[in-house]
Amino acid sequence: MSVSGKSVSGLNVSGTSGPILDVQNLDVVYDTVSGPARAVNNVSFALRPGERLGLIGESGSGKTTMGTALMRLTRAPGRIAGGRVLLDGTDLLTLSPRALRATRLRDIALVPQGAMSALNPVMRLRRQIEDAILAHEPRTTQAQLRDRIAQLLTRVGLNPAVADRYPHELSGGMKQRAVMAIATSLAPKVIVADEPTSALDVVVQRQVMQTLGRLQAGLGAAVVLIGHDMGLIAQFADTVGVMYAGRLVELGPVAAMIGSPRHPYTRLLIDSLPGIDVKRRLAGIPGLPPPLVKLPVGCPFAPRCPLAHDRCRVDLPLSQEVAPGHVVACHLYPDNATLPPLTIKAEVQP
Amino acid sequence: MSSDLASYLAKRITQLFLVIFIAVSVNFIIPRLLPGDPVATALARLQTSGSGQTMDIQAVSDAYRARYGLDQPLWNQYLNYWADLFRLDLGVSFANFPEKVTVMIANALPWSVGLLATATLLSFFIGSFLGGRLAWPGAGRGIRALVPGLMVLSAIPFYLLAIIMVYIFAVELRWLPPAGGVETTRIMRLDWATAQDILRHAVLPCLSIAIGNIGFWALGMRSQMVSVLGEDYITFAEAKGLSPGRVFFWYGIRNAFLPQITALALNLGAVVSGAVLVEVIFNYPGLGSLLYVAIRGQDYFVIQGVVLVLIVTLAVMLFIVDLIYPLLDPRIRR
Amino acid sequence: MTIALKTRLPGGLGSRLGGTLIAGLSILGVIAFFSIIGPFFVDEVLAQVGSVRPRQPPGGDFPLGSDAQGRDMLALMVHATPNTLKMGLIAGVIGVGLGSILGLIAGQFGGWIDAVISVISDSLMTVPAIAILVVIAGNIEEMSTSVMAVVVASLSWMFTTRTVRAQVLSIRERGYIEVARVNGEGPLEILFREVMPNVMPYIVASFVGTSSAAILAIIGLEALGLGAQNEMTLGNTIYWAQQSSAVLRGFWWWWAPPIVVIAMIFVGLFLTSVGFDRFANPRLGRRA
Repeated sequence: MSVSGKSVSGLNVSGTSGPILDVQNLDVVYDTVSGPARAVNNVSFALRPGERLGLIGESGSGKTTMGTALMRLTRAPGRIAGGRVLLDGTDLLTLSPRALRATRLRDIALVPQGAMSALNPVMRLRRQIEDAILAHEPRTTQAQLRDRIAQLLTRVGLNPAVADRYPHELSGGMKQRAVMAIATSLAPKVIVADEPTSALDVVVQRQVMQTLGRLQAGLGAAVVLIGHDMGLIAQFADTVGVMYAGRLVELGPVAAMIGSPRHPYTRLLIDSLPGIDVKRRLAGIPGLPPPLVKLPVGCPFAPRCPLAHDRCRVDLPLSQEVAPGHVVACHLYPDNATLPPLTIKAEVQP
Repeated sequence: MSSDLASYLAKRITQLFLVIFIAVSVNFIIPRLLPGDPVATALARLQTSGSGQTMDIQAVSDAYRARYGLDQPLWNQYLNYWADLFRLDLGVSFANFPEKVTVMIANALPWSVGLLATATLLSFFIGSFLGGRLAWPGAGRGIRALVPGLMVLSAIPFYLLAIIMVYIFAVELRWLPPAGGVETTRIMRLDWATAQDILRHAVLPCLSIAIGNIGFWALGMRSQMVSVLGEDYITFAEAKGLSPGRVFFWYGIRNAFLPQITALALNLGAVVSGAVLVEVIFNYPGLGSLLYVAIRGQDYFVIQGVVLVLIVTLAVMLFIVDLIYPLLDPRIRR
Repeated sequence: MTIALKTRLPGGLGSRLGGTLIAGLSILGVIAFFSIIGPFFVDEVLAQVGSVRPRQPPGGDFPLGSDAQGRDMLALMVHATPNTLKMGLIAGVIGVGLGSILGLIAGQFGGWIDAVISVISDSLMTVPAIAILVVIAGNIEEMSTSVMAVVVASLSWMFTTRTVRAQVLSIRERGYIEVARVNGEGPLEILFREVMPNVMPYIVASFVGTSSAAILAIIGLEALGLGAQNEMTLGNTIYWAQQSSAVLRGFWWWWAPPIVVIAMIFVGLFLTSVGFDRFANPRLGRRA
């Protein structure tokens, strides 16, 4: 776990203590009619092999944009404006298109948001798995393909006969698992799972997450799990990162993040989760995230923050380590040891 | 065959028959809605315009009255009309008495079908691929420059294009013949010379129809592709590391093609309409020219017959397209 | 394709207006100007048969030449264009009006009314319009520009009906129709107060398309000789040109001007409808 802004790895060989995925100062910008929108703003983090990172944020926090940017799948009008994405030492952002295509799926795989529509509706499932495998291992024979596909499907808990179906003949949970089967078909080192359980009911969500966990553990792959469901992420991840208005505002081990979060936004996020045992009014976070084209000077959360003071509206807080493996971008530190109690402001300043 | 597929087919077949039924009925009703005896009026007009001089008007008139029972109640006439249709009797031409309408249509049909089929297939497929290529990010500058040109082309009615083409290629440059299906002096034989002649005469009309439509198909396909490209399965296909060519064709075009085929079906009527006019301009011996000559000569039954054939042919073509659709889209197949 | 125009208009209006819409409207504007102002400057008499020396190529007294029947081409264009546009507009208004009413009824009332309207509309849509129009037009004794407009309008309503009906159905899915119903608004009230305002943009867009198709059909019928004989319209001009074999005899100034004007009309309408689409749906965004 590295401190943001600096890369710890200097080594190109995996299996050593270097991070398998090292994101440094990533910037992703959308060229909109009203000007550039900084959807991902100087984000840095690193993953060890086998580590599970959960990225949380509201809609528009930039988390999905970041997910697609990791594999250079950003679509116009978005573009990657700066930074490095080091996969096992190789910067994905500077690879040639051919090398990039070879790396995708083989070393880093995507489990996309909305698996409902991630599968080509006019192609049988079998062909969609085959073309993925053949794109990287063109000499695989038909017989080998058959066997591998059967294995892959069984591994995610699907009947191999499903391969001959069309996507519309599968249920939501089955489709999500099929997509995971494809994503893990070449044993990637990193899996980027972008809201894999949205639009699924709770029971199926659990099954899918369990499958994902099993797959990941079996492959020893690192996972970046992107979502907005704090409860789900907390149950799955080793490390949790919180994104707000394109910035990574806090990152730390899950126990510390849930038990004693440092950033006010994280605290409010956790508080907004309804509890099963305690009956109380649903608390939200008053106000709205700032428009990404016109970010306020200073901390982007200041307008909504109950603990904001003058410095917050002027100076952009930088990431700092408050505990081993725990970083936060907030002006409350290092002056405070933990987060002071929050009082929700009566009115929210624009 | 599953029940979904069966009900889809049943619905389509019903529509086919419905269209034919409505067309026939409309064809029957309209002339009879107007005051006067249609046959007498037509004959009278022919007489005054001078082309009826060589006919024995009385004989024709009597033959018609007896044959088609124009003095009988409307309902009987209607039933007779249907009976005649089943016997493939579309009446007789006034101007070319006693040539049967069916025969005239049968002679003209192959010319029209050949012309239209070739032109439509060419423009549809070339246009669709062009449109698809245009939508793919990374389309070259040169190709992108085509877009305004295509927009303009798609807006101009293609029978006007035909006029321009006749002028440029047939009159000014004299590369190709300006009119007809074959040289007027040729005797039709099954040999290479005849075939060549036919082809030479077909080039301009075919091109007029094709060029006039290509813009429309290209722009439509481009717009479909743009939607498809926004879909998640394209992103996932790229995430799998597939080559751009594969993604473009098997994930992009393959999906965008479906609504494009629907567009073909919806616009076939307009394509046929335009083709009729092109035939007139080129004096091409198809149904279009037949219709035109019949209109000029007020050859009543020929007009009705051609219109009916046009409508039915189109309905059948649409039905065939409807049959193809499930083959391409598994979601309908079940 | 969009020509990115930077105009300083309020809100995001400038970028939404887009070059396409402006280009289309400008072309139409030129044509409209030409047709409205022109007749005041150019004498109608010149456009009639036998008023000038026939078969003169462009130049000198006759900027666009004269045809084989002694009409001054420029005068002819100036007077024919408004006539054609007028017919197209009438047909468009009738077609869209009829189509909207049918679409609203079909969408709002559903049931067998909807079934009947939909079946008829769908079936007629797949028929080659020329075929039926030819039968109708060929049977009319006294053809005039207004009658032509009505005839063409009779087959122009289907697309509008379909679009409006679809929109009504999708509006009905949304919450506020239910609220209105619960509030006691009768079906007709709902139709006019809730549904109509949301359908208007589609009706307007459909008007452009319908007029365009109507003009196309009118010109087509006239070129076949089914138009109002001796009236000055663009389609008739082409018909006269064809009758005198103008193409073969090289009188290009006879058929080229009407074609150019017609092309401009259609390109203008096309660009306007595409541009208007983008204006009404800014989500479509800019595609290069």
